[in-house]
Amino acid sequence: MNTKVNVDTEVEDQELIQKFLKDTTLFLGPDPEIIRDHRIMPRTPSEEECMDKYTDLNQISSIRDRLQSACEEGFEMVEQMGAAPGAKWGDIITGIYSASGDLTIGSAGGVLIFSALVHHPIKFIIKNWVDEHTVGVNEGDGFIHNDSRYGNVHNTDQSMILPVFHEGKLICWAASTVHEGENGAIEPGGMPSMAETSFDEGLKMSPFKVVENYEIKRDILTFLQNSVREPKLQYEDMKVKLFACMRLEQRIKEVFATDGPDALTACLRYTNESVVTEVRRRITEWPDMTVRTQTIMDSTLRENALLKVNLAVTKKGDRLIFDFSGTSPELTNRAINTQLPGMKGMVGQAFMNHIWPDLPRGQAGLSPIEFVTQQGSLVDCSYEAPNSQSLMSIFHSFTVAQHATAKFLYSCPDKYTRVLAPWHNMINTFIWGGVNQHGEMLGNLCADLNGMGGGARMDRDGEHALAPIFATMADIGEQEMNEEEVPFLQLVSKKMTANTQAPGKYRGGMGYTMIASTKDSDQWGFMTTTQGSKVPTIQGLFGGYAGGSYPLCKVTDVDVYDVLLKNPEQFKHSIHETMNEQLFPGAKYSTHHMGMGFDISKRGELYMISQGSGGGYGDPLERDPTYVIMDIEEGLITSDWAKKLYKVEFNEETFALDLEATEKLRADYRELRKQQGKPYAEFVKEHVKDTPPANIPFYGSWNGDVDTIYAGSLDDKRDASNIGPIYVTNPKDVRIGELEAELEAVRKQAGIPSTDTRK
Amino acid sequence: MKVLMTEYLRIDLETENWECRVCEHVVGSARGNYKQGLLVYKRDPEDIHPSIIDPEKYKFTFCPDKDWVSIYEFYCPSCGTQMEVEYTFPGHEPLFDMEVDVDALKEQWSHREEILEPVKGPNILVDRTHGHNH
Repeated sequence: MNTKVNVDTEVEDQELIQKFLKDTTLFLGPDPEIIRDHRIMPRTPSEEECMDKYTDLNQISSIRDRLQSACEEGFEMVEQMGAAPGAKWGDIITGIYSASGDLTIGSAGGVLIFSALVHHPIKFIIKNWVDEHTVGVNEGDGFIHNDSRYGNVHNTDQSMILPVFHEGKLICWAASTVHEGENGAIEPGGMPSMAETSFDEGLKMSPFKVVENYEIKRDILTFLQNSVREPKLQYEDMKVKLFACMRLEQRIKEVFATDGPDALTACLRYTNESVVTEVRRRITEWPDMTVRTQTIMDSTLRENALLKVNLAVTKKGDRLIFDFSGTSPELTNRAINTQLPGMKGMVGQAFMNHIWPDLPRGQAGLSPIEFVTQQGSLVDCSYEAPNSQSLMSIFHSFTVAQHATAKFLYSCPDKYTRVLAPWHNMINTFIWGGVNQHGEMLGNLCADLNGMGGGARMDRDGEHALAPIFATMADIGEQEMNEEEVPFLQLVSKKMTANTQAPGKYRGGMGYTMIASTKDSDQWGFMTTTQGSKVPTIQGLFGGYAGGSYPLCKVTDVDVYDVLLKNPEQFKHSIHETMNEQLFPGAKYSTHHMGMGFDISKRGELYMISQGSGGGYGDPLERDPTYVIMDIEEGLITSDWAKKLYKVEFNEETFALDLEATEKLRADYRELRKQQGKPYAEFVKEHVKDTPPANIPFYGSWNGDVDTIYAGSLDDKRDASNIGPIYVTNPKDVRIGELEAELEAVRKQAGIPSTDTRK
Repeated sequence: MKVLMTEYLRIDLETENWECRVCEHVVGSARGNYKQGLLVYKRDPEDIHPSIIDPEKYKFTFCPDKDWVSIYEFYCPSCGTQMEVEYTFPGHEPLFDMEVDVDALKEQWSHREEILEPVKGPNILVDRTHGHNH
């Protein structure tokens, strides 16, 4: 028998089988091989050849700087020309990707998580469309994408992807991504919390070609425009992204002209590989240990529930492993789940924003980091589960990553940023939609989501309403400009709500209050999509506290614009005065959790929310008393609360500190702590339970057992390796059930028979 | 040699103990959970995050719901310094948050100089004390 012949036949058979499978695939769905892998691709022979040819690191560096400038130029173009509110305040990114699809250089401004995710759709295009004769990838082509199942945060973010060729050979890719907002989902604005299946989430674009010869195909464009509430915005921003990509292509071709395409290929590969090497070196500097943390999600955005985001980070040598085992299972008919790439991208964001911001903003920074998840969990959901509000689970992923890494970083002799308490992590803003004062249909959101309070650092307070966790350099827009396009006013904005800071030796940066009211439209409404109305969404650090919780407050049955004309003294510029004093006659005042589904508003009714505070750092008793007084003077805290929290003694008229009395108060309070605190074992015996609270729906692992997952009740415990779907009852049905039971009980008590007893 | 691990805790590599950085108190073995050597107190959320709007009138008040979240405070038993705070589910066990490989730590620091004050890292913030420049 000839062994060689047999081997050759086997290879031929395998190739034949592969070809058969490829030719007969009925559906090119989300590809786990692509979207479960966040690492940079292996070095190709072509890259090897280019790196052998170009070894001058000065030349490599020069090319990299030119490409970085090109990305900044593309970013500026999108920010200046983009129509979406998200584009105007920096919820965008432009980047250059290697021929294999790895993001190598991203713009310095904008949303970094995009950079960790757009490589997935590019790799899908490379795998499926390059050799597909009905599609193909040619010079002048452009591909659109937004479906998170093919690698994205959520489908409100749309990308334009352009291949860059030199003499017929694909050299690299340019891409631009924008948070567009509107996408035709069941609620306006692109992030429906009411979505119960992926089919409720609007446009779901797997990567497909919409541009040929650098021109947008009008037939496809018209279809896309008909699929969303903002057809003109859809067109305008597709053009803007295309032109930004074309500018990147122009700059790349200038490098071809001066240095040649092989030098550029070498530059991209050197950059990615050297970042991976540097990240491994930096990980080695951390102490070997396991750090455990968790955060609490208190809402599905439809109802309040307790959901755990659990993280154990283990560092050993040059390995760093993020293990999310024990996290809540996915809720199969709620929108707060995330696809795995979204969670990983957000952890990457934590590193690029707050730990190693000096490294090139690309995919390589995350590449050496390992992840462990339980499939079917909130942070690694099934393809069937909706994820239009994936921000909820990915923001918590960011926070646990930020909280855990701070405990690794403290002892390191080399730091690249200050050790930092967790940032505020929720998008406390208004999502809006309807017909505006000009008769146009709109659906989008206020830029105030970018005003998250910063966490306290190891040597200073957190900054107020500084930046969102997903972009260190973003804007909050100009309210007056917004009001030219939307039919509502923010009657109170950029004003802090006193006593909502996260206390600590250094306190967290606070967020601000927003009071919005519709004025010039009968077809307008608001949504809020935030957790944290019952439970803080972050942790403090090293003895500092988290920020508090915050409600959605509404005042209905009032036209505040009439009030402002006739009785302006009744209008108060704060939530607490408005709600506590209740000065509008006949109005109804109510509070709600922050997951308000789209709510049609009437002229002059008030919707009031407040941003949250970043986490505090260190023991509040160590806070410099002069900082306490400064916060009082700035209206951030009240005197009585300051005295209670920070134990300071001062004259309430002059604010003159009594340092001696303060020291005594603090010493006394330390003694009180020693009396009220219990030894660990005694505390555990008294307070720790074997099971979660029985009367609150709880999702996730309990105590240290990550192999067993609670799915909403004590009776529903599941194997973490096979969680299965979880369907939550519509809260309106729950309420109807409660009311029916109540009615039945009242009828029984009153002796009134039911009107219809048939089953 | 002692390694500064947190704002208030360090590890003595010779004795292999966690120590309080404020009062030198020996908290416990560095191979174990430092929290087991501390005092613990369950804090009422209202003490830290007061209701801003009237809890008699409203369900949601800016104060966390104590039936939904517990705040555990951890104190040094010697000096009363608050070393850690944990927001957790009611009835949940405190987390073993820093499980250190002491042997690896010893090896790592055998190549380093002792650090007595924590390294802060680069100061990348703009000096804003002079106000706006435009």
